[in-house]
Amino acid sequence: MSLHASTTPQFKQNSRDALADENLQSALRSARNGFVGKRAIARAKMGEDEFDALRNRGRDLKNHVLANLGDYLEAYEREVIASGGHVHWAETAADAQAIVLDICRKAGAKTVNKGKTMISEECGINDHLSANGITPVETDLGEYIIQLRDETPSHIIAPAVHVTVPQVREEFLKAHTHLDPDRDLSGLDTLLKEARAVLRAKYFEAQVGITGANMLIAETGQSVIVTNEGNGDLSQSLPKVHIVMASIEKIVPTMEDAATVLRILARSATGQDMSVYTTFSQGPRRAGDPDGPEEYHVVLLDNGRSNMLGTEFQDMLRCIRCGACMNHCPVYQTVGGHAYGWVYPGPMGAVLTPSLIGVEEGGHLPNASTFCGRCEDVCPMRIPLPKMMRHWREREFERNLTPAATRWGLGIWGWFAKRPALYRLATRGGMAGLRLLGRGRGRLGKVPLAGSWTDARDMPAPQGDTFMAQWRAKR
Amino acid sequence: MPRVALFVTCLVDMFRPSVGFATVKLLEDAGCTVEVPEAQTCCGQPAYNSGDRATAAQIAQQVIVAFESYDYVVAPSGSCAGTIVKDYPDLVQGAWVPRAQALAAKTHEITSFLVDVLGVESVTADMPRLATYHDSCSGLRTLGVRDQPRKLLASTGVTVREMDEAEVCCGFGGTFCVKYPDISASMVADKVRHATDTGAELLLAGDLGCLMNMAGKASREGRGIEVRHVVEVLAGMTDTPAIGEPK
Ligand code: SF4
Repeated sequence: MSLHASTTPQFKQNSRDALADENLQSALRSARNGFVGKRAIARAKMGEDEFDALRNRGRDLKNHVLANLGDYLEAYEREVIASGGHVHWAETAADAQAIVLDICRKAGAKTVNKGKTMISEECGINDHLSANGITPVETDLGEYIIQLRDETPSHIIAPAVHVTVPQVREEFLKAHTHLDPDRDLSGLDTLLKEARAVLRAKYFEAQVGITGANMLIAETGQSVIVTNEGNGDLSQSLPKVHIVMASIEKIVPTMEDAATVLRILARSATGQDMSVYTTFSQGPRRAGDPDGPEEYHVVLLDNGRSNMLGTEFQDMLRCIRCGACMNHCPVYQTVGGHAYGWVYPGPMGAVLTPSLIGVEEGGHLPNASTFCGRCEDVCPMRIPLPKMMRHWREREFERNLTPAATRWGLGIWGWFAKRPALYRLATRGGMAGLRLLGRGRGRLGKVPLAGSWTDARDMPAPQGDTFMAQWRAKR
Repeated sequence: MPRVALFVTCLVDMFRPSVGFATVKLLEDAGCTVEVPEAQTCCGQPAYNSGDRATAAQIAQQVIVAFESYDYVVAPSGSCAGTIVKDYPDLVQGAWVPRAQALAAKTHEITSFLVDVLGVESVTADMPRLATYHDSCSGLRTLGVRDQPRKLLASTGVTVREMDEAEVCCGFGGTFCVKYPDISASMVADKVRHATDTGAELLLAGDLGCLMNMAGKASREGRGIEVRHVVEVLAGMTDTPAIGEPK
């Protein structure tokens, strides 16, 4: 069984590789200002006050759901069953794999169409299906590109954001061997046209369609997806069987609540007022319906989320996966999503990953933040991401997982910081030493034990005696 | 006359005392009596952000005791002021909570104290130079410091030419810059490039951590931009060499 493996413990090496990868850096540079600028315009267009008030409503709505999660999940299940669908509870990713495989086998599936779903990534569904002789076909353009490249998504809403246009061209020339090798693929539109033609043909082959869900509505039993390509709709309505994969916190109570989330979701994500397609699905095709699947299944994944309830990490479950936090994160912008080493990158991943795969495995991520606070500033659900990353650092510190050198340095520093008189002496002495090393040059190119600072930049030398000493001498 | 306690901050104390003296001058010019409590070391942020809550809480209590008797506490740093304002009330427990809240309510970053609390419209320095301003993260996002330094700078004759991504982190992040040096180095390279692209002769900011990071990168790359804390310019104290420059 291949659950989604993590390279998170190698975060440092991953980020060095990412910095050295010129294609990646060029892709990150072109994505950098697009998302940020578009969200800012969307917020300004709505009015900053209204936008921020909507964020409060989103936060309150999700807090209410989390406080009553069990009740809403039961209500949702009742409604799905009443509309003729099936609900499968998956406690772990392995359970979800088994459930999905079982449904596919019963449907006699050889090919499965996939809309974009991060829960499927979290559960390693593609590998599991492939290992069991079923071919998953990603229908989202970005997902299709990374499937060709045998990669995982590097962003939760723009999975191929790390790939440059020339790289896509190269991939298409390699993969679409049935087409003329000398065809014109110079423009972006020609690439899009080719992808659409290739993917359209595949929609009709599949027996099962798998999609994710941006929300599950308790009062109606509906699942909601938003896409810009319409691929989700085709994936779910053409095959005989539709499987929705969603995690338990995707619940909202009513249609009106779903509308609240929709108003803030696309604006935060891509700066659109609404995504191009917003699709509500409810049960299988009824008599008289012109289309729709014969079977409708929902796989509800927990995979560690219920353990977050009632802890300092509960707020993370408000996340609606808009991606704004990573779009605005300077660390994400510098190293890209793959460096994070598991399904969820950026600030939301830095909180969620240790929750889902353990802090021993995911511990780097909450540390790899400057706490600049931009993520919390843009999060539509007002999730205090830096605060929760700090909570992970506290857990690591309590459990002695903090690196020894850090603990040691911190211990000495803390000892002095709590003793002002000795601290005065120590800082005066230390600064006098640094000044000597600086020999009047105003800066130091190398400082013993401070290589990780001076490898990339000079260390400004202390100006003179400490402020406290000078102040005492003057007054 | 308001009695103001100066929270010097550990980096200013050690590396750039002139920032402390410039802050004192600005406060005195604005009619404050300034005192510097002896029992100060650091705000405790290194411990707090490394997950060592217990040490951070002890340091917070020490700061509360040393500073709570003044009318105001002012720091030449949005980061340290932000820790006192936003984090102390969360960090301490029991009877310390109301005391932390009271301290938080009267603690300010220097430029926002001058503009928002004292209503200062202009300072006396005369500095007809071209500068660019980096918005340090905590000051900007925790305390809302953005327009205040620009307003005061305008009164000295400084022209601020905005750089791209002025509000994006410089990559300092306290211990981040030594824990993840490669990422930090790339971030500060971007920052210094954006700053020099404006053609400004001065790069200003309100936090010495960010300034040392940016100045160190600028000098390593031979960028030839003068890096200073904003209060040095506001107080007209630019006769000292810029950060990282020889005498
Ligand atoms: S944490 Fe907030 S900003 Fe990040 S993806 Fe989730 S909802 Fe969006």
